[in-house]
Amino acid sequence: MTSAATTSDTKAQTTARERRERPSTFALILNNRLAAAGLVVLGLIVVTALAAPILPLADPNATDPASRLAPLFSENHLLGTDALGRDMLSRLVWGTRVSLVVGFSASLIAALFGSAIGLTAGYAGGRTDQILMRLIDLMMAFPYILLALAIVAILGPGLVNALYAIAIVNVPFFARNIRGITVGLARREFVDAARLSGKGPLRILWSDILPNVLPTIVITLSTTVGWMILETAGLSFLGLGAQPPQADLGSMLGDGRKVMFTAPTISLVPGLMIFLIVMSINLIGDGIRDALDPRLRSGASARPSFRTRVAKGRETPAGDTGRQPGKASGSVHPPLPAGISPTRGEIDRTETSAAADLPPCGGDARQGRGGSSRSDKDDQSVHPTLAVRGLETQFHIGQSVYRASNGVDLTIRPGECLGLVGESGSGKSVTAMSIMGLVPSPPGVIAGGRIGFKGEDLTDASNARIRQLRGGAVSHVFQDPLATLHPLFSVGDQIVEAIRAHQSLSTREADAKARDLLDLVRVPNAAQRMKALPHELSGGLRQRVSIAMALANDPELIIADEPTTALDVTVQAEVLRLLDGLRRDRNTAVLFITHDFGVVSEIADRVAVMYAGRIVETGPTAEILTRPAHPYTRMLIDCVPVMGEPGRRLDAVPGRPPAVNRLPAGCAFADRCPRVESDCRRGEIPLEEKRGNLEARCLHPLEAGEALSGDVRTAATTSDGTPRHGRSA
Amino acid sequence: MNTSPDPSLIEIRNLARTFGGGRSLFGTKKPELTAVRGVSLDLEKGETLGVVGESGCGKSTLARMLVGLDTPSRGTIRLSGENLTDGGTRALARRVQYVFQDPVSSLNPRQTIRDILEAPMRHLLGLGSRERKERLERLIEDVNLRPEFLERYPHEFSGGQAQRIGIARALAAEPAVVVLDEPVSALDVSVQAQVLNLLDRLKRERGLTYVFISHDLAVVESVATRVAVMYFGEIVETAPAREMFRAPLHPYTKLLIDSAPVPNRKRAASAGDSGELPDPYDPPPGCPFAPRCPRADEDCRAAMPRLEAKDRGKEHLAACCHPTPRRA
Repeated sequence: MTSAATTSDTKAQTTARERRERPSTFALILNNRLAAAGLVVLGLIVVTALAAPILPLADPNATDPASRLAPLFSENHLLGTDALGRDMLSRLVWGTRVSLVVGFSASLIAALFGSAIGLTAGYAGGRTDQILMRLIDLMMAFPYILLALAIVAILGPGLVNALYAIAIVNVPFFARNIRGITVGLARREFVDAARLSGKGPLRILWSDILPNVLPTIVITLSTTVGWMILETAGLSFLGLGAQPPQADLGSMLGDGRKVMFTAPTISLVPGLMIFLIVMSINLIGDGIRDALDPRLRSGASARPSFRTRVAKGRETPAGDTGRQPGKASGSVHPPLPAGISPTRGEIDRTETSAAADLPPCGGDARQGRGGSSRSDKDDQSVHPTLAVRGLETQFHIGQSVYRASNGVDLTIRPGECLGLVGESGSGKSVTAMSIMGLVPSPPGVIAGGRIGFKGEDLTDASNARIRQLRGGAVSHVFQDPLATLHPLFSVGDQIVEAIRAHQSLSTREADAKARDLLDLVRVPNAAQRMKALPHELSGGLRQRVSIAMALANDPELIIADEPTTALDVTVQAEVLRLLDGLRRDRNTAVLFITHDFGVVSEIADRVAVMYAGRIVETGPTAEILTRPAHPYTRMLIDCVPVMGEPGRRLDAVPGRPPAVNRLPAGCAFADRCPRVESDCRRGEIPLEEKRGNLEARCLHPLEAGEALSGDVRTAATTSDGTPRHGRSA
Repeated sequence: MNTSPDPSLIEIRNLARTFGGGRSLFGTKKPELTAVRGVSLDLEKGETLGVVGESGCGKSTLARMLVGLDTPSRGTIRLSGENLTDGGTRALARRVQYVFQDPVSSLNPRQTIRDILEAPMRHLLGLGSRERKERLERLIEDVNLRPEFLERYPHEFSGGQAQRIGIARALAAEPAVVVLDEPVSALDVSVQAQVLNLLDRLKRERGLTYVFISHDLAVVESVATRVAVMYFGEIVETAPAREMFRAPLHPYTKLLIDSAPVPNRKRAASAGDSGELPDPYDPPPGCPFAPRCPRADEDCRAAMPRLEAKDRGKEHLAACCHPTPRRA
């Protein structure tokens, strides 16, 4: 109970803190210096224009032929007078007021009607969409100024008519933009959910779709207002907008044109004002767009670099990367997490000195124990294909450091398959991606550890070497082949490309090899399938093509990240069997990432269970599946229904994993663990041998065959205060 | 919920859904794809009907027609004897509700949980604000969430919590039947059990009837009382759950069961099965499973066999000319 309460408290704090950490839209706009400058300039202009009636200004329309064309800074007329002797300053302020009102109202009207049309067309789809959008296309086909002129010609000149003309001309902009977004939203599941809630189409448009489209409307609005003010000025300049004696910026510009050579300031002053307004609005518009666009917000606008950044002066575990297996001493203990608070550091250090006497947890000594006894002797003479030691991959986002991979050790020998298991967010994919430097940087950083590939430390390797290894000696198979295969090239071409990137073969030889590879992965009718585009193949065939590509250059290590998760069970079985056979025939090492224990038991020789960026248990597959030592592993196995055992009681793992930017001291699983004791929350807990071949990072491990105590489990509640139910169907 | 006098809560007859087809503006024929081809099913009150099948077999289209999100091209859906086929979403939504696969995308990111959960009460049940408030608090506690969550937005929840909100939204309309379309497959394994246990309790407490659609046989086996297996838009076998998993009739069902990954068991090799489905634009005349079936012969390729009782009692039906014999 206590532990559950703590968990929920921590979570409440977490959400509150996360909310604060996310910068508000307004703060983001202010952070953008140009946008902030634009905001200040526009703010001054708007305030002045609004204050026009109370400012001590002369009557803007009072003519005074005696003092016509007074220069700048003359007495009583700061900005001089125009050809009729009217005060320029007063006309400028009043004119700006008119121009702003017209520009903004025209934009609002255009946004209102354009968005309404776009929403309707996008949501209704079908014929309605066709007709509305073709009408919009028709409007866009005319040059806008011609269309505006035509509209004014029909309605007659005047400021209000010019406003209508500008609004109408700009409706298509909004309609097209909004329609595009709406089409995407209308097919989203939450719109289906709204329909199931009994809402009618109008209500769905208003309460479900509009709020999601609003940011786009605001962005479009902010980027078009400036343009519309310019267009209004253009119409007034032509004499079709504001009628004399009313001042607006366009008509002032028109008046000034007649005396341009004698008194250039008369056209220069309104021209400058138009420039300032449009410029500041556009700067703000860009700022708003950048702030509201979620992709720019997350800081992903920068192109990730070729390879994950490796921190300079990172802490590496002393000792081997696979050169001297088996003889490692305590020095291969996972390194200290670098760059954390001094308190944490101190704890770590004391723990490490204490741990120096313990059997090495990161060393290759584990390998011997982990593998079967038969391979034990052979292993001494063979370099492991992969020897990751104390890998720390972090994400630096803002002020927080996310320790996605927090001191991970992995060893895989030739021909061996290691299953890496864990919940989503446990860091298993990041660990796998770090090997070939595929974690996007920024924000990813390899902050510590070594990645030993056949005795070579890949963290120190040159970019050229990494490029040579990628797709060569080390290849990847990902979860979704539709996303990893190029949609526009035939699968044959893509395999050929993969071959020719690493081997100097003629196109014909590579072609033949590609066909052989497709045969090897048992793609029926390989010669014909070479010409197929990825979308023309079924999911199972596509994944076989990815595997063929991964095998193209006889890799020594295949990193397979959930390669069967997206596949149907019948196909999954085939693909697994294929991978299993291939690695045995070719003596290829496989790192197989999955969350499915059924899949693991089929392919992996050994299993490593990851939790919150660390390996919490590792050992031979059968041992882990039947007699795990770590309570987390036990719970993870117990919470999944198993075929053939319909009456089995399912127990969810209560609570959530800790956020990896705020890891607790001690065991990260403590808050969710039924066997937790006070010593679990102190200090570093090493990964050490528990029984037989199992190693676990746990102070109170389970005995062989021991189940988690039922009493504790029924008493426990989930973090939301959920009483948990044992289902005994 | 009173018990209905009619034993069959839902009667589905020859339900079919075709996409595309017809002619374009210039008279060319558009390709036609039949996702569901003539499904007949009865749903009894209080049961959990598991619908299994691989991707593309039409199980999601069937589910969407059941709740009125999609209109059938042919066939009828009767609810307690009342024909609701053409009533559209509103007519069905009052009695049949839906839980989506992806909990996060089924919640509007710009609405609070309160707005989302109130909508069915307001628009389907026409409840006033005081009644809504009362029911909301009970509902949110029923799905093991705290009342203060009502004021939050969907992005603040984890997958498991969001799915519980999705279930609450479905239950807000007080339906008799809930169609669950892969309700746990987007969730992490550690929280799947949480949602399954919740569904189990709600069913018992509220006397609900479930249609549970999934590709995961282990999950279906643990929740379903009866199972229907779909292949290529048709139901090829239906039986009480235990019976189906113990002794499947259709070779396809057998293949599915044998293919399911089980910890500490190697799957039996099914030689030469490519897992290829027939071309949906050009369906074969006979049994669509025949090309993959080890027991297929000429009869199978000539015509699609009817779904009928074989030698396992009248509850266990299969559409197969040469069903698998009972295991010795």
